[in-house]
Amino acid sequence: MATQQTDYATPEAERTPVVKLYLAIGLIVFAGLMLVGVVMRAAQGASFISLGPDLFYQLMTLHGAGMVGTAGLAALAVNWYYLSRYVKLNQRIFLAGLLLALVAVLMIVGSILIGKFAAAWTFLYPLPANPLGLWSTGAALFFVGGLLVLGVAFLLVYLDMGLAIVRRYGSIARALGLPMLFGKEKIDSAHPPTVVASAMVLIVNVLGIAAGAVVLVMTMLHLVFPDLELDALLMKNLIFFFGHVFINAAIYAAVIAVYEILPLYARRPWGVSRPFLAAWFAATLMVLAVYPHHLLMDFALPSWMAVMGQIVSYLSGIPVLVVTAFGGLLLIYRSGIRWDAASSLLVLGLFGWAAGIIPAVIDGMIQVNLVMHNTQWVPGHFHFYLLIGVVPMVLGFASYLCSNGQQGQTGRLGVAVFGVGATLLCLSFLVSGANSVPRRFAVHEEAWQWLGNIGAFSGALVLIGTLMIALPILVRLPRARLTAGT
Amino acid sequence: MQTSVLLITFLAMGLVAVAFGYVVKRSGTRDEDYSTITRQGYLIRRWWMLALCAVGVLVSAWTLIPFPLQAAINGEARSVDVVAKQWSWEIESRSARVGETVRYRVTAADVNHGFALYGPDDQIVAQTQAMPGYVNELNVTFEQPGVYRVLCLEYCGVAHHAMTAEINVTEGP
Repeated sequence: MATQQTDYATPEAERTPVVKLYLAIGLIVFAGLMLVGVVMRAAQGASFISLGPDLFYQLMTLHGAGMVGTAGLAALAVNWYYLSRYVKLNQRIFLAGLLLALVAVLMIVGSILIGKFAAAWTFLYPLPANPLGLWSTGAALFFVGGLLVLGVAFLLVYLDMGLAIVRRYGSIARALGLPMLFGKEKIDSAHPPTVVASAMVLIVNVLGIAAGAVVLVMTMLHLVFPDLELDALLMKNLIFFFGHVFINAAIYAAVIAVYEILPLYARRPWGVSRPFLAAWFAATLMVLAVYPHHLLMDFALPSWMAVMGQIVSYLSGIPVLVVTAFGGLLLIYRSGIRWDAASSLLVLGLFGWAAGIIPAVIDGMIQVNLVMHNTQWVPGHFHFYLLIGVVPMVLGFASYLCSNGQQGQTGRLGVAVFGVGATLLCLSFLVSGANSVPRRFAVHEEAWQWLGNIGAFSGALVLIGTLMIALPILVRLPRARLTAGT
Repeated sequence: MQTSVLLITFLAMGLVAVAFGYVVKRSGTRDEDYSTITRQGYLIRRWWMLALCAVGVLVSAWTLIPFPLQAAINGEARSVDVVAKQWSWEIESRSARVGETVRYRVTAADVNHGFALYGPDDQIVAQTQAMPGYVNELNVTFEQPGVYRVLCLEYCGVAHHAMTAEINVTEGP
């Protein structure tokens, strides 16, 4: 299966410029939206800041849509950069994707800050059309339309990636390693993990975004023709399928940075094997099948879906814990690794992903969900694998790309501040959830406010740590040259 | 329940943290014989996977049999209709007796809401979604006297946090 890379790879000069744009925008937006998160937690703490509920819910919508979109775009940059080593990608399409995404951002931000749209990033039908005077139909259309444009941006880039993968590997299934997994081809340890991960992300996210497009268009039709009544349960299924798949695809795309960079630090190979291919194939199927764990409290759904949601939820943690996290630990064990900003962030990202799976799997149990659903337990677990998973992976990638990971004392201190703050923030969410504190409440009762204040304090640490790492990267980014070995 | 869940979660996450800490601590001195490390690692990984699978089977059987959403019915339950709307609750009966099982038949008149029942200790006892066009049935057996609160746990607009109601649970017949 191994082929001369240079025959197929993207020309070196085309690999970095647009990735730098994605990263610069991503890091700035991450920091800005972290500030929004700190403000929301402080408002819930009620000691330092007071926000009106209308503004709080607008900021909540901004934070949710912004973070999900930015995580997706930043992970796409990681994915594109490393996939371009193995297949010939079109830089102009990648740039067009970014420009479309920026149009989407303008539409989404405008709908929230000008149009006062505040139906949360999940735009659960039929809330966008029932604002009770708080936002207009036009604002809702702009928000939903913005998400649709963002989806088109991703699909455009995926189309190019898919074609390039098929040109080199013959099919997406072959890129995923299925012929090797099922014994039709010999295991080729030189087959890049990046290609396997890219094929998985491509399959799940195209399906997820397609479902998202359907539900977004249906929502738009309902906004324009209010008499058109849609099935609320069907809409919910589509929304959570789309949302779950999209954010999971971001994690599976970002982990490519770990697969590519950590072996360089450890000076050991991270090749594919049958368990590796089995894990990624299983992850492909399970990411698509697990979304009913978001709907466990919708008793109108068939019981088998709830049972499937719980069981697949547990199973989907196994490939991560057994293959990726374990493989990463094996790689660095007695490796003589150099610990700097990039390597520390990448291992922190691996830890956040692995550890975050535990509260997620536990919440995926019906009996637990009965008392934890839509409490702050939920942001507790997803912040674990997004804030301590995806964000450090992206920061580690940026740090390695820009400065070979060597960001000096400030960088190392920044990682420590980020790690402590992010862990404390996630734990404050989990403790809140165990105390039945609801998520998405603008006003918290007095007994819950201390947890909001801890969240605001730890969120501020996260922001400070992020700035300590990201600001030097942003300064160097325009002049950054390729790091050797990437 | 919630405290047990929190402790189990922290314990499991702590184990993951210890594994990472152990490896990071032993990452400094290089061992060139990676094949021996991988051979030993794959052996551990095999047992690790088997252990996770075994735990999964046991936990799934323990928590899914009998199916939890139907297991709460103890004999005859009194039906109470609940309609959620922006931003108030219409609850057919706002009282119950200790030991009584009430079957809340929950729906929504406008957008999605969440019917969450908080006990006198301010911990969630049970919940279900309130959805336009559907009725979700939630069986609750009241175990303590006092004031139970209903909070909306599905974001439904600007007064979502203020959408509350009370249910009085008394002892005796």
